[in-house]
Amino acid sequence: MRKLLRHWEFILLILLVGVFILMSNLSPYFLNLRNLLDSTVHFTEKGVIAVCMAFIIISGNMDLSVASNMAMSAAVMGIAFRSGIGIWPSALLCLLVGMAGGLFNGLIITRVKLPAMVATLATFSLYRGIAYVLLGNQAITGYPYEFATLGQGYFPGTNIPNQFVIFIALAVIFGFILHKTTFGRSVYAIGNNEDACRYSGLPVDRIKVILFTVNGLLAGLAAVLLTSRIYSTRPNIALNYELEIITAVVLGGVSIKGGRGSMIGVVLALFLIGASRFGMSLLNIPGQMMTVVIGLMLIIAILLPQLLDRLSGKQGKTA
Amino acid sequence: MSRKLLELRGISKRFPGVVALDNVEFDLKAGEIHALVGENGAGKSTLLKITTGVHQLDEGSIFLGGEPVTFNNPLDAKKAGIAAIYQEHTCFPQLSISENVFMGHPLVSNRLQRIDWKGMHQRTKQLLQELEINLDPKTTMNMLNVAERQLVEIAKALSLDSKILLMDEPTSSLTIQEAERLFAVIRRLRDDGVAIVFISHRLDEVFELSDRITVLRDGKYIGTKDTKEITTQEVIRWMVGRSMDELYPKKDVPIGGELLEVKNLARHGEFREISFTVREGEILGIAGLVGAGRTEMARAIFGITPLDQGEIWLNGERTKIKSPRDALRHGIAYLPEDRQDHGLVLAMDISQNTTISILDRFKYRLLNKDQETEITEKYIELLSIRTSGCTQLARNLSGGNQQKVVLAKWMATEPRILILDEPTKGIDVQAKAAVHTLIGELAEQGLGIIIISSELPEVIGISDRILVMHEGRIAAEFKRDQATQEGILQAAIGRSGAEADAV
Repeated sequence: MRKLLRHWEFILLILLVGVFILMSNLSPYFLNLRNLLDSTVHFTEKGVIAVCMAFIIISGNMDLSVASNMAMSAAVMGIAFRSGIGIWPSALLCLLVGMAGGLFNGLIITRVKLPAMVATLATFSLYRGIAYVLLGNQAITGYPYEFATLGQGYFPGTNIPNQFVIFIALAVIFGFILHKTTFGRSVYAIGNNEDACRYSGLPVDRIKVILFTVNGLLAGLAAVLLTSRIYSTRPNIALNYELEIITAVVLGGVSIKGGRGSMIGVVLALFLIGASRFGMSLLNIPGQMMTVVIGLMLIIAILLPQLLDRLSGKQGKTA
Repeated sequence: MSRKLLELRGISKRFPGVVALDNVEFDLKAGEIHALVGENGAGKSTLLKITTGVHQLDEGSIFLGGEPVTFNNPLDAKKAGIAAIYQEHTCFPQLSISENVFMGHPLVSNRLQRIDWKGMHQRTKQLLQELEINLDPKTTMNMLNVAERQLVEIAKALSLDSKILLMDEPTSSLTIQEAERLFAVIRRLRDDGVAIVFISHRLDEVFELSDRITVLRDGKYIGTKDTKEITTQEVIRWMVGRSMDELYPKKDVPIGGELLEVKNLARHGEFREISFTVREGEILGIAGLVGAGRTEMARAIFGITPLDQGEIWLNGERTKIKSPRDALRHGIAYLPEDRQDHGLVLAMDISQNTTISILDRFKYRLLNKDQETEITEKYIELLSIRTSGCTQLARNLSGGNQQKVVLAKWMATEPRILILDEPTKGIDVQAKAAVHTLIGELAEQGLGIIIISSELPEVIGISDRILVMHEGRIAAEFKRDQATQEGILQAAIGRSGAEADAV
């Protein structure tokens, strides 16, 4: 039991079960599969970015620009759509813009040798600024009906939201890459000792550029999903998403110093946050409370292993 | 004048696996410059660190002005009037000279404990003037050159009214003019009655400056003489001591065709005019003092830092190496000097460390546990790595076994040329012998090996040919049967005539 408790994923699972038990006792509408599945759309847009953010943080880096990148990509998509090139080409453009934003991050980090934190802090402002310049204070609306099915619809023949299917598929793919391929191994190694990796002939810079580019591409995807769900585009969409994404990744057990973490942990953390948020909305607890709960969960999840260490340390002495 | 200020009697110090100091004697009089010399690893720095309270002695006693003392930490020694200036600089580059001089003991005004800036600047100015340095105390340290920083360190020691000043290789990064200026300051301090311990590799300096010389070798005390009564030759003999012992069995390996040729390599401020060749089965030793540019040269050949100039030819073809990845692709591997920071990923296990260099050889780029285990177990056996298994973390291995894991990583890439930078630094005697045997076996398989080492017996023992570097250039080349420790040391410290002795 104690050994299991050392595994972060297990602690998250216990917390998740705890939330389920608590919420289903407090509200009769909680344990309803349809409701639960529907509630996932509130975290899947962040989730599609979180799966790659996990790689970035494990590699000892950080990307603060993702939410701004979403706004920039969405703004370009909106303007492209308004100019009449059709919604699907516009959505493709959105992905490309997001990817370009990520590539730019990767290049300034590896070529100019800026710390990722600083570089993406700069593009955090830059990309959001571009979104405001492009759109001003207006909103773009009037997207076609078939576009909405992407973000609001269900996977054919099921009650599962499209967004959830996309998120799970990405989590499986990224989890596989992280844990089963030499690329994933390289990412862990870079997060632990970048110098030794360079000396060992790993293409450290290329890997970083790939990570940031993919992160940008996923920000573009998240922008498409978000636009499709809320059916409009404003320059201030996805505000603070970057912090919520990073929080979920860290809650998922990824070390902020790099080198440690797992995909299953990140997915569990997203579920935990999603279930808590859904439960609290059923209980009419205001959304602001949610941030308090996430903060507390983060502290508990970080303190629990240390607390256990201290307890077992004491027992070790008496034994 | 000849009052004994500091006496060290029967000092012994052991580190895990090594006896760093064995029954060492040393004394210091007021108003003298006492040089402490010996090869790398002779125990000079350890003795210095015991005197300053950084290390605690295992046996022996320290007397200060005739009274026995114990230093439990550097602060104790500082309070007793002992100041040290170390090889690596310990200043705060963003702060002013005054702040650096008074770091840890600022002048404060009495009532509010407010920092007395004016007083500190004044006192610093005064100290600098005493040392005849014309600098504004408000200048930040990063505006100063290395020599000026060193003088500030001395001013700091004086601000503490230190009676004993210990200097570890103070001239290693100074030009001749800067060193001369430093010597003038040191002499003046001596004339004022300060006792000075001076550690240096440059014997010409030692003879120019010191009043007495003490020699250590392999942690043992060899002797002390007045500088006037001893010659450079004698000191070198004392430092080297033994005749070549047969610690390093050398296999006779047929030497084949040329593998690597470098022509006129240069990198600004690090090395220049470097040309040499390495052949199949040949072990090329590179000797020289710390800071002679050996590591810098190896790093440039391996593609870690770019070359300013020069050509690298592999198997008769000119090759550009822009990164370690290029180097590995061309069959060059480099075992770095710093195995913890550059060699290993300490938080990963042995098998992950072994395969990190060959990740792109896995089929479909998928990790294959069985294959990894197989490769790793092969090297664990081959290198007799002492471990509980493939999944033991690198950080939990001893130094010697860590080094073997780094070697395993490079052997897994099946290189043609292996550059080893201080491969036996800080590992115990047994592991050392194992590494030497292994190097011999690799040469037998036809690898070309370049070994950089500061241990002369090692270089002489295992190399077919030895290059000696001095201040970024190749100062001499010795064939195996011509190499003597005396000859190499002379070339390494830049004494002219060394070239004449060689080749």
